Amino acid sequence: MEVTMTVNGAKVSKDVEPRTLLVHFVRDNLGLTGTNVGCDTSSCGACTVHVNGESVKSCTMLAVQADGQEITTIEGMAQANGEMHPMQKAFQENHGLQCGYCTPGMVMAATSLLKENPHPTEQEVRNGLEGNLCRCTGYHNIVKAVLAAADGMAEV
Amino acid sequence: MFPSSFDYVRASSVSEAISILNNEEDAKLIAGGHSLLPLMKLRLANPSKLVDIGRIGDLSYIADRGDHVAIGALTRHAAIESSDVVKASVPMLAYVASLVGDPSVRHRGTLGGSVSHGDGASDLPAAILALDATLVVTSASGVREVAAKDFFKGFLETDLNQGEVLTEIKVPKATGGWSYQKFNRRAQDWAIVGVAAVRNGSTKISLVNMASMPIRAEAVESALSGGASIEEAAALASEGIEPPSDLNASADYRRHLASVLVRRALVEASSN
Repeated sequence: MEVTMTVNGAKVSKDVEPRTLLVHFVRDNLGLTGTNVGCDTSSCGACTVHVNGESVKSCTMLAVQADGQEITTIEGMAQANGEMHPMQKAFQENHGLQCGYCTPGMVMAATSLLKENPHPTEQEVRNGLEGNLCRCTGYHNIVKAVLAAADGMAEV
Repeated sequence: MFPSSFDYVRASSVSEAISILNNEEDAKLIAGGHSLLPLMKLRLANPSKLVDIGRIGDLSYIADRGDHVAIGALTRHAAIESSDVVKASVPMLAYVASLVGDPSVRHRGTLGGSVSHGDGASDLPAAILALDATLVVTSASGVREVAAKDFFKGFLETDLNQGEVLTEIKVPKATGGWSYQKFNRRAQDWAIVGVAAVRNGSTKISLVNMASMPIRAEAVESALSGGASIEEAAALASEGIEPPSDLNASADYRRHLASVLVRRALVEASSN
């Protein structure tokens, strides 16, 4: 069936099977492969995108459920001139990644977290990212990056 | 993992959803989808049609109704955990909502979805059970109310019939002592065992993941009302209950956990 949604500011329409998951829609139908599939069971958060500004695990949402909604993926975070989003910069500056597989989901979950809680404590950052697993860093620099972004960002 | 093929239709009202359900035996409702889609991806559920009620705006609300708080079935966990009304009048429910999954899951999951799914390992159905909530069920023949105690029937089985939609959850205000003990080994996991305790007149206790459905610890409740001490009552936590064994815990370990957690819950509920 036909679905139409706004992805990273641009309107897109595609004909998809109802069983198409949102993560496969953005990766396979739109070619936006920055959003990763990790566990595929809504545990790891690698597939996190924003739906109407809120973090959502796109492996557990159908593309048809996103019809008419605003979707943002990691590709939509940087500005048009290529300047990175403050959260992306904070991850870079604080070395908040090693292999990078969880990073797109981490950035999306972290920006959603700061939107709801602009000045979180360290513990609130850790709790807020509990749905995003990183097997490399031990989380320390990820938490540092999110706290730095919260300090430095006028608005997310 | 893809679900098997199905038809999809978005309902714009409860009555439209009911008429579709009545016309197609294997049609199922979907709202946030965070209970149903995982089952469908594992091919444990294969509905012929999904009726999406997620956009029916007038089923998402939290209202103070004097002696109870009325919560629309489509109210998301994130809205419940941050609601001032819920925090003031049913603080345990706000707390339990904040323990479900993780923030991204709570942006999608709905109270009505979680309760209709009726998973014995789930936090919110057990909370609703200890809080003595009333569930409002709408069908083509009208509206009926079911006590939470009569709603959960078995493994992922509730009192809902095909053609019925859970539309509202009425939660009696409970500002006395309460406690929710969720025992798990990793963040965002399901409870290996959980205990909800609510002191609202008498003391009500429900158990998570101690049976195929959420259940009340009736032996504990009647011991307490007969004057037993917390220690004596907690020892009866798994009386008459056959808990499951799985990769996380044996049945014996669950019985042990249940006693420990009921004791902790009663101590905490007595002090707040």
